[in-house]
Amino acid sequence: MLDTQAYTSNGKVTNFDEMLRSDGSARAAYQELVTWFGRQSQASFEQKQQEALAIFSRLGITFAVYGSTEANEKIIPFDLIPRIISAAEWRFLERGIEQRVRALNAFLHDIYHRQEIVRAGNIPSDMVNLNEAFLPEMMGFDPPANVYAHIIGIDIVRTGDNGFYVLEDNLRTPSGVSYMLENREAMMRLFPELFAAHRIAPVERYPELLRQTLESVRPKYCEGDPTIAVLTPGIYNSAYFEHAFLADQMGVELVQGSDLIVDEGALYMRTIRGKERLHVIYRRIDDAFLDPLNFRPDSMLGVPGLFDLYRAGKVTIVNAPGTGIADDKAVYAYVPDIVSFYTGEKPILENVQTFRCSIEEERAYVLDRLDELVVKEVHGSGGYGMLIGPHATKAERAEFHARITARPSNYIAQPTLSLSTCPAFCPEGIDPRHVDLRPFVLVGDRVRVTPGGLTRVALKKGSLVVNSSQGGGTKDTWVLED
Amino acid sequence: MLGRTASNLFWMGRYMERAENVARLTEVGHRLSITPDVGSGYREDWQATLATAGCPDPKAAGLDKLNAETVQRYLFFDRKNPSSVASCLEAARTNGRSVRTALTRDVWEALNAAWIEFGAFKPNDVRPDQLPELLDWVRQKTSLFRGAVQGTLLHDGGYRFLQLGNFIERADNTARILDTRYSVLLPTTEAAGGERGMHQWETMLRSVSAHRSYRHIYKDRYRPGLVAEFLILRKEMPRSLRYSHDHVRRALVRLADITGGGEASLALAQETSTQLRTLDVPAILRLGLHEFLTDMLRQTARIADTAAADYHFN
Repeated sequence: MLDTQAYTSNGKVTNFDEMLRSDGSARAAYQELVTWFGRQSQASFEQKQQEALAIFSRLGITFAVYGSTEANEKIIPFDLIPRIISAAEWRFLERGIEQRVRALNAFLHDIYHRQEIVRAGNIPSDMVNLNEAFLPEMMGFDPPANVYAHIIGIDIVRTGDNGFYVLEDNLRTPSGVSYMLENREAMMRLFPELFAAHRIAPVERYPELLRQTLESVRPKYCEGDPTIAVLTPGIYNSAYFEHAFLADQMGVELVQGSDLIVDEGALYMRTIRGKERLHVIYRRIDDAFLDPLNFRPDSMLGVPGLFDLYRAGKVTIVNAPGTGIADDKAVYAYVPDIVSFYTGEKPILENVQTFRCSIEEERAYVLDRLDELVVKEVHGSGGYGMLIGPHATKAERAEFHARITARPSNYIAQPTLSLSTCPAFCPEGIDPRHVDLRPFVLVGDRVRVTPGGLTRVALKKGSLVVNSSQGGGTKDTWVLED
Repeated sequence: MLGRTASNLFWMGRYMERAENVARLTEVGHRLSITPDVGSGYREDWQATLATAGCPDPKAAGLDKLNAETVQRYLFFDRKNPSSVASCLEAARTNGRSVRTALTRDVWEALNAAWIEFGAFKPNDVRPDQLPELLDWVRQKTSLFRGAVQGTLLHDGGYRFLQLGNFIERADNTARILDTRYSVLLPTTEAAGGERGMHQWETMLRSVSAHRSYRHIYKDRYRPGLVAEFLILRKEMPRSLRYSHDHVRRALVRLADITGGGEASLALAQETSTQLRTLDVPAILRLGLHEFLTDMLRQTARIADTAAADYHFN
């Protein structure tokens, strides 16, 4: 029998657990699973874990870890136990997410046009116009359907029954959706009986919906069906597996910059028959590398002249260049205001409380409490360049003190959150581990939120860092249907 | 299909075929090293093995001493040798990874598993007596790959590029094996051949896994003329030049059908394949065996280059 004793006898768990209430009874969504645990054994689970490893390693699901010299490819750890979200919880999240992504797209349209929100004094002009992620080249341009961010991942953490908070918006090239899809595949192979016992909202339609979304934003000058391609930096990129996977699932070409040419005002790919016209590019390379003629001249990954075609309505770039301004960590603090400004509604999903070091009183507060707060670089990602106060050494805190004082606008700080835990399969049995959630959203002719998303789990006991580059793993995420 | 995709598939096919050929060559070398000394000794045989594997100058490749261990390590594990089994499996996988979308899961899994599992062999831990096991392993993995290709891959353009690479490599390999040891196939050696000749002919047949099928076809002892016919002209022998070039031609015919182009490479392939269909061994000997084989190697390379130009993957 699988041991859930450790779970309840942990005693001093202060965070919110998604499976068990504080009295040790199972929450409704997990009842079936808890009963099922009683019929499993540690040995059978170890066996399943081996099977899962074999499935993932043969499929080539790997990620590259920047800065690791040996073994440039690793398999992302997969935890066998699903994370379950009830239908009611999901309805709430879905509404909140949809409201947020509509507002963020409206914000992008505004700041690349009249900047009403700046004029209204709701966000400082410098924060927008002097931001590294702001792309003046986008001013006055109307992208197809007025959508800027088509593919979005919203990172959400939970701290209580109704306590869902947005930790981060990802509006550039969010990754992880392939893990969501493959995790579901693997789970269906490993535990078919669990799927029979639950009504789980399917995620398999994502590639088809992605394709529909891309088709719905065809450029102005495109007669008939658009030809779509996924643009990858190549096989050494950490998310290459995902690029290949999505192209395959959508049935479109996976191209590199060197496969593309701009000729007589159109974009083409080099094929065995010569050149073939392309209309929509789902790019997985950063803005700076898109087009060496318009942005970084040393880029080997992009296509010279691509941005000019985009502005001329000959090709659609997805996500639009310049969306980074809306997921910048400094702008993040303003998102609740952004939501209210453009929707006239109260934000459904709240932000995590955020202190802006650029503002004097807030900075003083942060410097005073470096031992309690999490400090983040405004432009950092993936858990790099971050200070977790309670776990940091004196020297690390001193270093951040100096860095914040030197460049205050480069940092924000947030309270150390008491992240919710979910059951995970560990050597000692079933044990609680901290998790977050990244639902994936598609915005085209309409907004489509895939039920669930990617749950990342900090597999190290007590750890709060869920990034795969820092020892995190993933789980299948179930949204129950009524 | 992207030109780059065609290139990746072509090279994936070539490298998997090469991995298998090099493993087989190593096996022959290994057999020679445990066979009693016949005639003039081993050194020459290691040189012939290395020359066939694309290393005419062992010194330049850092091989000071030629013995079972050094040669095996060079052919199997040396990543500085672009044709070692290790390098081939890696290159095949890298090419495959770039065109993951053009492969089925079965093909990718075969490719990826071979690469992952090979990485687990530590060159220093492999004792010479474990070599046969390792060679069997390579054969199994390459067969699995081929099986997955035949059984699961759509037989469309992508498959044809893969086949093209596969058979260009095979044609090249068989011609090399013949050319490095061509002197033993000349009729004059039959009389003078004796034990050593028999031994050489068997080695040659073994290096293409054909020593038993030879007997099925000819029901006769090894004769140089028949060995030459078998490896050059027999259409049912899957490693003969004729068979390989028939398949090169077939791949190019299909590609021309699919794309409506590729005339130049198809014309060259037609020519080579017709030549192999109409020649017989006496005619080849009149041309000069070595001259004929050199010409074959040149024609094979030209077909490959022209196809790359025709299909925009150079």
